[in-house]
Amino acid sequence: MSAPSRATAGSDIGAAVKDALLAGVIALGLFGPLVGLRTEQNMRNEVVLELHWVTVAVIVGIVVVGRFLLRTVIWPALADRKLRDRPAAGEPGALRQTVGRFLPPAGLVFLIVYPALMLSLFGLQGSLKWVDNFGIQILIYVMLGWGLNIVVGLAGLLDLGYVAFYAVGAYAYALLATHFGLSFWLLLPLAGILAALWGIILGFPVLRLRGDYLAIVTLAFGEIIRLVLINFRELTNGSAGISSIPKVTLFGLYSFDVSAPNNFAKSFGLPMSGTHYKIFLYYLILALALLTAFVTIRLRRLPIGRAWEALREDEIACRSLGINTTITKLTAFAIGAMFGGFAGSFFAARQGFVSPESFIFMESAIIVAIVVLGGMGSLIGVAVAAVAMIGGSEMLRELTFLKAVFGNDFNPDQFRMLIFGLAMVSIMIWRPRGFVSARQPTVFLTERRAISGSLVKEGHG
Amino acid sequence: MSATMEGPLLQVRGVKTYYGKIIALKGVDVDVKRGEIVTLIGANGAGKSTLMMTICGSPQAREGSITFEGRDITRMPTHEIARLRIAQSPEGRRIFPRMTVLENLQMGAALDKLAYFDQDVERVFTLFPRLKERIGQRGGTLSGGEQQMLAIARALMTRPKLLMLDEPSLGLAPLIVKQIFEAIDELNRTEGLTVFLVEQNAYHALRLAHRGYVMVNGLITMSGTGRELLEKPEIRAAYLEGGRH
Repeated sequence: MSAPSRATAGSDIGAAVKDALLAGVIALGLFGPLVGLRTEQNMRNEVVLELHWVTVAVIVGIVVVGRFLLRTVIWPALADRKLRDRPAAGEPGALRQTVGRFLPPAGLVFLIVYPALMLSLFGLQGSLKWVDNFGIQILIYVMLGWGLNIVVGLAGLLDLGYVAFYAVGAYAYALLATHFGLSFWLLLPLAGILAALWGIILGFPVLRLRGDYLAIVTLAFGEIIRLVLINFRELTNGSAGISSIPKVTLFGLYSFDVSAPNNFAKSFGLPMSGTHYKIFLYYLILALALLTAFVTIRLRRLPIGRAWEALREDEIACRSLGINTTITKLTAFAIGAMFGGFAGSFFAARQGFVSPESFIFMESAIIVAIVVLGGMGSLIGVAVAAVAMIGGSEMLRELTFLKAVFGNDFNPDQFRMLIFGLAMVSIMIWRPRGFVSARQPTVFLTERRAISGSLVKEGHG
Repeated sequence: MSATMEGPLLQVRGVKTYYGKIIALKGVDVDVKRGEIVTLIGANGAGKSTLMMTICGSPQAREGSITFEGRDITRMPTHEIARLRIAQSPEGRRIFPRMTVLENLQMGAALDKLAYFDQDVERVFTLFPRLKERIGQRGGTLSGGEQQMLAIARALMTRPKLLMLDEPSLGLAPLIVKQIFEAIDELNRTEGLTVFLVEQNAYHALRLAHRGYVMVNGLITMSGTGRELLEKPEIRAAYLEGGRH
């Protein structure tokens, strides 16, 4: 797989052709029987063998051409780039630094004008999908990612059961709002406190565990919460879930219920539409996510935030410096869980319905993936990863044009997980420390300088 | 051994430490007096690091007692022992690799909520000027010697009454070892800092220390002043021949 130099380009083309043909033969051997031969049932219930040689030819063709291009164009280009980049690997590039400086404010401005932009582009009903499916959905995961980032990214405690706190928040709001009619604004902090409490309850038994063992116990914790939600029917209504959860009100002044006398749209003489509520929810989750980011940024500069990061680096050294690791871990679990709880109660209010279905392990895995892909500890990275993962998988629903290529019974939705996995593997190959691997130091003597992740061994911290 | 008016700063009496069922320390007595440099030498696996970790409370001694400034610390959790100003530069340095030099030092000063941070940072930078050049660099990117300096500097940031160093010379070039030992000597002479030094590098350690202990298989077999120990033929044979640089 070495990069061919230019002097031997001629013989390399020959070698590449040979290599490509060989790959073609292997592909033929593999796909010939797998794809080319298919058994079908005919009208008389007999098994008949159908031959699909055209499909096989197309696949083999793609393999041959692809392999040839890989050998002649892609690998040499990659090798060249590696050679060119090597001297500059030490410091993050000037371009990247500029991007790093302007991305957060620019992104914030974009997020604030986003609903207005969508309204003007797609109209009142057309913008619903963009604000709800993309805007709110992504922001929920940004918030969850930032919340989990406190536990995994800063304190270095791998928590695979984060969705449990999301569930606690969601059920806290769902139950208290439906049974006692309490308002969202009262229940939001309450859900956060309840989730934090569960964070501490989880924290105690796992204090002595690290790494893989911690991951297993947190995974089990997530499952326990889900199973309790399914089986504690008297309280949670089991897998049927809780429905008709009240909507959020505009601080009790205006309601978004269609029948309510103080309906928002009626009061302001606006056309009736669900979009108003969605836009309101969008700003609500944006505010919640920004709160999470703000708290994280502030905490990193406080002793407790530094203690988290030190804990991630070396627990024994922490203790020998007089840091109470028990309290440090529990606060990380509690504060991370609290933001999960906030996001959960928002989720319940937005959906109007919660069931244990929404809190499966897959959700925890996605949130952990967002944090890891984004680069542990980096707020911007986590946000970018959430946009890529959630926005990306929403986008895959839209890929109807693929039906034109693969025929009408092709459903791109079924391939979401496959593409998702492929994307994750490739990102981990090209950027093993996540999108944003540089860590911003919290103290400086002179100027702010990000430190490139490539200076430190992988897997440390 | 003459007892001073107030007794030793650190007193270890009959300490037995186990790892599971395996006994690592079989009843150890050690005294460290105020203003002394005391060294503990011994071969690999003799229990030197175990003694240091036992003083820090991780693992805790199963039998015997450890007192610091007359206070029993045998059953205290590690972080509370550290808060009594027993600073430790552990074996393998254990600096925070992804944090900068300055942040590492900050962690050392966390006990006093950074109250004396600025003046203490200046102090460790005069002691180790190399660290000042590396101030914004990640701990993990420093050379071995610089990491050792950082580990000692971080321990000093806690304003310790007792500084415990576990093999500061491990894996370092002789010149760097010399620099580090000179720094320890200077701290002791100018500030009267009490130092408990665990070392394999017996020659340097015994030359630096006021007193020394020799540990073999979890027991103290010999003690005396640094000079006395250096001149004992059995020590020369076991730890010094061929080991002198």
